Amino acid sequence: MNAIELAHVTKIYRRYGGRHFATLKSALLQRSIVRDLQPSETFPALDDVSFAVPRGATFGVVGRNGSGKSTALKLVAGITKPTSGSVRVNGRISALIELGAGFHPEISGRENVFINGIMLGLTKREIQARFDEIVEFAELEDFIDAPVKTYSSGMYMRLGFAVAIHVNPDVLLVDEVLAVGDEGFTHKCLDKFAELKRGNKTILLVTHSLNLVERFCDAAVWLEAGRRQAEGDPKRVIDAYLTRVEESEDSLLAAANARAVEAAQPPLPEAGPAPEGPAGGDAQPDGHRAVEGRWGSRDVEIVDVALLDGHREPTLVFHSGEPMAVRLRVQAKRPVGDFVFGFGLFNADGVCCYGTNTWLEEMNPERLDGEAEVVFQIDSLDLVEGTYKLDLAVHKRDGFPYDYHRLLYTFRVKSRIRDVGIHRPKHRWSFSDGVRFKPTDERS
Amino acid sequence: MRYRGLVSSLVARELKARYRGSALGFLWSFINPLLLLSIYSFVFAVVLPGAHTTEVEPYALFMVCGILPWTWFSSALSEASGALIAGGNLIKKVLFPAEILPIVSVLANMVHFFLGLPILIAFLIYYQRWPDAPDLFWFPVAVIVQLIFTAGLGLILAALTVHFRDIRDILSNILTLWFFATPIIYWIREAPGLGKTVLDLNPMTHIIVSYQEILFFRGPIGHWKWLLAMGGASALLFLAGFWLFDRLRDSFAEAV
Repeated sequence: MNAIELAHVTKIYRRYGGRHFATLKSALLQRSIVRDLQPSETFPALDDVSFAVPRGATFGVVGRNGSGKSTALKLVAGITKPTSGSVRVNGRISALIELGAGFHPEISGRENVFINGIMLGLTKREIQARFDEIVEFAELEDFIDAPVKTYSSGMYMRLGFAVAIHVNPDVLLVDEVLAVGDEGFTHKCLDKFAELKRGNKTILLVTHSLNLVERFCDAAVWLEAGRRQAEGDPKRVIDAYLTRVEESEDSLLAAANARAVEAAQPPLPEAGPAPEGPAGGDAQPDGHRAVEGRWGSRDVEIVDVALLDGHREPTLVFHSGEPMAVRLRVQAKRPVGDFVFGFGLFNADGVCCYGTNTWLEEMNPERLDGEAEVVFQIDSLDLVEGTYKLDLAVHKRDGFPYDYHRLLYTFRVKSRIRDVGIHRPKHRWSFSDGVRFKPTDERS
Repeated sequence: MRYRGLVSSLVARELKARYRGSALGFLWSFINPLLLLSIYSFVFAVVLPGAHTTEVEPYALFMVCGILPWTWFSSALSEASGALIAGGNLIKKVLFPAEILPIVSVLANMVHFFLGLPILIAFLIYYQRWPDAPDLFWFPVAVIVQLIFTAGLGLILAALTVHFRDIRDILSNILTLWFFATPIIYWIREAPGLGKTVLDLNPMTHIIVSYQEILFFRGPIGHWKWLLAMGGASALLFLAGFWLFDRLRDSFAEAV
């Protein structure tokens, strides 16, 4: 038996423009209030979404901001009605959507617990019976008679959470509320969820914490722009979702890089007489300061830069340990005999992680003419997760720049391991017989 | 009604919360009408002593009979009109019967009205004027008629204010006009022909005049037919208000 069933649910939100009614009077006179409340512009928050959650299952909903997750939850909670399609829920619902939504700041925590409980469908007697448990769960024994306005936001949220979870629902709807307390409280919440799960309660979990979905949920659905993209095994759904996130991250980075290169265009070198110094009269920034920019005489110009993954596909999102290639297309306006290609890698804090050039690596320049391609190949990108930037340059052996691109290329390294630092040296652990670990999926 | 427990605890919360943090607390329920009363007493007994006829002496008592129910009416409406917006969190985030919010505003102000009644009793004692015992039977009727009328209007205002925020601004002016178009600080018989017609069209006239006949004027209640007619009309208004509220209900969560 399904606890929650959404069948072809579409929810269209209206955007109420400011100019719906000429005046209130005309709306009243023409008796068109109901009709005029039809919107001029609509926005589908959910588009033909169906999924079913069997009784006793924990079901995750993932997706980016604005993908319709919260709308789905509100529909299940009955707060809004679907524009078309049907939503069916069997059993008492408690929605952890906005914690402490009904709290009144002026009255005490005790009184608020009662009123909030009544709002959530409990009777006074039921609340009385659970009151001590609620207060203990919220860890507010000392403050329960103080007005709620004196509570810190954490206390407020904890109390809201405690009331909602003690409603003893058949169906619990949770919207990104686990970030309400400190580490200890979060653990308590998770334990409570596990308890509810054991009690064969149905949980619908909307969250950005993919970890939680993977660990906790029996199934998941991924929503994207109001449409269902994937449903089923949480791991599979999350992988599909992460792939999509990377793709869009990639295009965002690409756009940002294009803007950075664009913005860094200095005045054309021909415009000013600056044969020896940096073009445009810019003082050449100190090589150790992380300031974006581009300078040089442009006798040799870097016309295109591409970051390639292991399949030679351009991308800006890499996985730690995978190969990465940086491909430069350069163009020499006139043949030059003195040239050095340089590569610098910086992390988001501007710390130089690595820098090298062809001269340091003892490549003696002879001749560069016309168009050419230069590839800097990294076989294994051993960086921890984070955002990194590149310096790419062509210059003379004495440092005189032809074309210096400073921190103009941003890429991201992803990793499932949450290690810290910058560089991840290739490593492995080994243990003698006395050390044993559980299989990884039983962790936590 | 299904939500009795919820309504009563919300009304209690309203009352508790209102004066919490103020030095005089619940005393404000008495002080507010007294202050209003002293303003009008100043104007009409000191500045313009000839503005009312002797039939409505003692004038302060006459005014109390009208001002107390009027205060209930006007504060209830201004609170009800903003009730859905103030309770937006509940409507948007919790499954919550929205009609409760304006009704709670009306009921909370009714409790304030009851709390103000001791003032009236104090005035009656001071002036040694006892209303006729049989007339008092009509007092709860007037209260119920006013309750239904105010609740109906409150539902309509609450629902419309969500979409036309202007109402809140207009409302306070309308209420001021309405106050003067209701025989509270003057006697209905003083109004000239046209004025009388206008007053008769004003539903609050009949409620206030009923209170005055019950509490202030001696002799049989002459206004009971009007009052009962108002009761019927109020019931219809309430149903219409509820219907409109229900029609617009689904838009609240999005428009609040």
